[in-house]
Amino acid sequence: MTFALVFEQLLNGVQLGVMLFLLAAGLTLVLGIMNMVNLAHGSLYMVGAYFAISVSQWSGSYLLGVAAALAGTLVAGMLVEVVALRTLYQRNHLDQVLATFGLILFFNELMAILFGRSALFASLPSYLQGHIELFAGIRYPVYRAVVIGVGLSVAILLWYVVTRTRLGMLIRAGASNRTMVAALGVNIRLLYTVVFGFGAALAGLAGLMAGQIYTVQPGMGELILIQVFVVIVIGGIGSIRGALVGALIVGVVDTMGRAFLKPVLGSFLPTVAADTAAPALASMLIYILMALVLALRPAGLFQARG
Amino acid sequence: MIKPFRRAAFWLGAALITSFAAALPAAAQQKLKIGFITTLSGPQGVIGKHMRDSVEMALEHLGGKVGGLPTEVVYGDDQFKPDVGVQVAQQMLQRDQVDIMSGIIWSNVMMATLPVITGAGKIMVGTNAGASPLAGAQCNELYFSTSWNNDQSPEAMGKHLQDIGVKELYVLAPNYQAGKDMVAGLKRYYKGNIVEELYTKMGQLDYQAEITALRAKNPKAAFIFYPGGMGIQFIRQWAQAGLRDQIPLYSVFTVDETSIPALKDTAVGQYEARFWSPDIKIPASQKYVADFRKKFGYTPSFYGAQSYDGIMLIDSAVKAVKGNVKDTKGMVAAMRKANYKSIRGEYKFNNNHHPIQDFYLLKAVKDSTAPEGVAMHIEKKVFEDHKDAYHQECKMKW
Repeated sequence: MTFALVFEQLLNGVQLGVMLFLLAAGLTLVLGIMNMVNLAHGSLYMVGAYFAISVSQWSGSYLLGVAAALAGTLVAGMLVEVVALRTLYQRNHLDQVLATFGLILFFNELMAILFGRSALFASLPSYLQGHIELFAGIRYPVYRAVVIGVGLSVAILLWYVVTRTRLGMLIRAGASNRTMVAALGVNIRLLYTVVFGFGAALAGLAGLMAGQIYTVQPGMGELILIQVFVVIVIGGIGSIRGALVGALIVGVVDTMGRAFLKPVLGSFLPTVAADTAAPALASMLIYILMALVLALRPAGLFQARG
Repeated sequence: MIKPFRRAAFWLGAALITSFAAALPAAAQQKLKIGFITTLSGPQGVIGKHMRDSVEMALEHLGGKVGGLPTEVVYGDDQFKPDVGVQVAQQMLQRDQVDIMSGIIWSNVMMATLPVITGAGKIMVGTNAGASPLAGAQCNELYFSTSWNNDQSPEAMGKHLQDIGVKELYVLAPNYQAGKDMVAGLKRYYKGNIVEELYTKMGQLDYQAEITALRAKNPKAAFIFYPGGMGIQFIRQWAQAGLRDQIPLYSVFTVDETSIPALKDTAVGQYEARFWSPDIKIPASQKYVADFRKKFGYTPSFYGAQSYDGIMLIDSAVKAVKGNVKDTKGMVAAMRKANYKSIRGEYKFNNNHHPIQDFYLLKAVKDSTAPEGVAMHIEKKVFEDHKDAYHQECKMKW
């Protein structure tokens, strides 16, 4: 277990973390500000991946695919908000879960009808292929390094928007006291639509980057959504800072668990026991972490509402 | 004005109903109904599509008549869930009154559904699931398989790795029963050094951490079992990590014609072990593959080949009982002979109704004749007349 190996696994963990963050940021805003459980957030991620792959294949330009995915999910998100979700804000969580679960089924079948059930395969442009040499002979894939870079830049941008702009102020105000914001004459409906579209575009960004690493197929959103919920519960619902910290913790803990739990257990347990315990424990690790956080700080690491 | 019309409608309806009722029993004897269960929705629906298209291909080759009887195939979607499989089977048996059942991809669905079918006294021709209990202690007179037992493909791969003298092997599989069964099958014939045996979470998306750990150990070769989407993900990331040219990668149930359209060139160089390949030099198979490509525009997978074979097996049995499908004993006796042109060539059934068949080493190569541009080619024969490891536990004798 050399330092180089640990460092490389740490990078892998951060890379998973920033992907989770992009999804968690939108989801936590919607849940925190609108008090709306949106299970269909994963579907927007899937839509982003499909937009990116189909437009870049059709046009031959990767960047055009990126732009189309961002714009497409922004519009798709706002459309979903206006058409379906707007009527659900006043309902209880069970109704919201049912309705957004319906949206999941709708989007999955829609993608299956439009693009077929088989997994799609996106190829990277040549300037994103290959490896970069870090110190100590670590070769890290360029694309994954780019994902980390994009994710962290978005985090900084979001921090700026939320803490330094008027829109951000409204978002924060909406998270703490919605009634008061509305009473002060802010068009809360429009704010909701904008926030929702914004969150959708972030999910789309995650989707278009994921399309190069994972497979693009109907149902891809639900596979990652559970981890995203873990992230926002750990981070604290409604808090962007919490989403970032939570995502990085979940990404690193999950990756480190998968990589090092077995050798660590093997050093004091018999091999057979370590072989069976390690994979089971590694897949439970983030949920154990969530349970711990919930026990010690029931509102998550960063509380959004007072 | 209205009343006379109503009366006329009433009499017309009554007449129609009686004529239907009169026609029913006669039609039942001249028609064959096959219930075919597979997975048609969700990400795994692509396997079901291969199977359904292959059944349609078989029907076309038989002129729409299985065993000389006009045939209707009722398709059911198990949604990859055992409980849904049971429901679908019950519906087919009771509402659709099917004469015989076939299909089923998943071992767990088969284990749940088979008792319902055999309990109703109907024959089941399994065309994929290879659960070991059904080859061993729980073998059943009414259950036939046109596929294999789960362990056999990894056994063939283990034998090949042993034969070519691979000194050390890094093993990866998902952490569930089939994953462990595959590794057990591999180890039955591979006696070299297994440097690491790693089980990952079922349905895992990203294998970068595992691939990083593997590269740090730098093994001579790696063996994986990653069916469906997991395999596509793993192979892509394997290629992205630049390991394709460095470490030979051997697999079972990972690279096939359902995943090649997504993998394309990243699959090239991949080794698989299997009982069949689209390029196998068997006339029945060559006809099936050529016509299938022409009709559907893609290359059929082994899932499809087994399903095509299942219909052909049923055809041979219905012919042998001269269309009297109620003669279950006669049907079973006829099926045991495997007297038809199989896509794997001539074979015999073992006492547990599982084929005794050859297994091959396959390699994914560039192939311009295949619609996908990449195709599996047979490299060599690994096993001749290979029997599964469980048939001695089956008490059935014939």
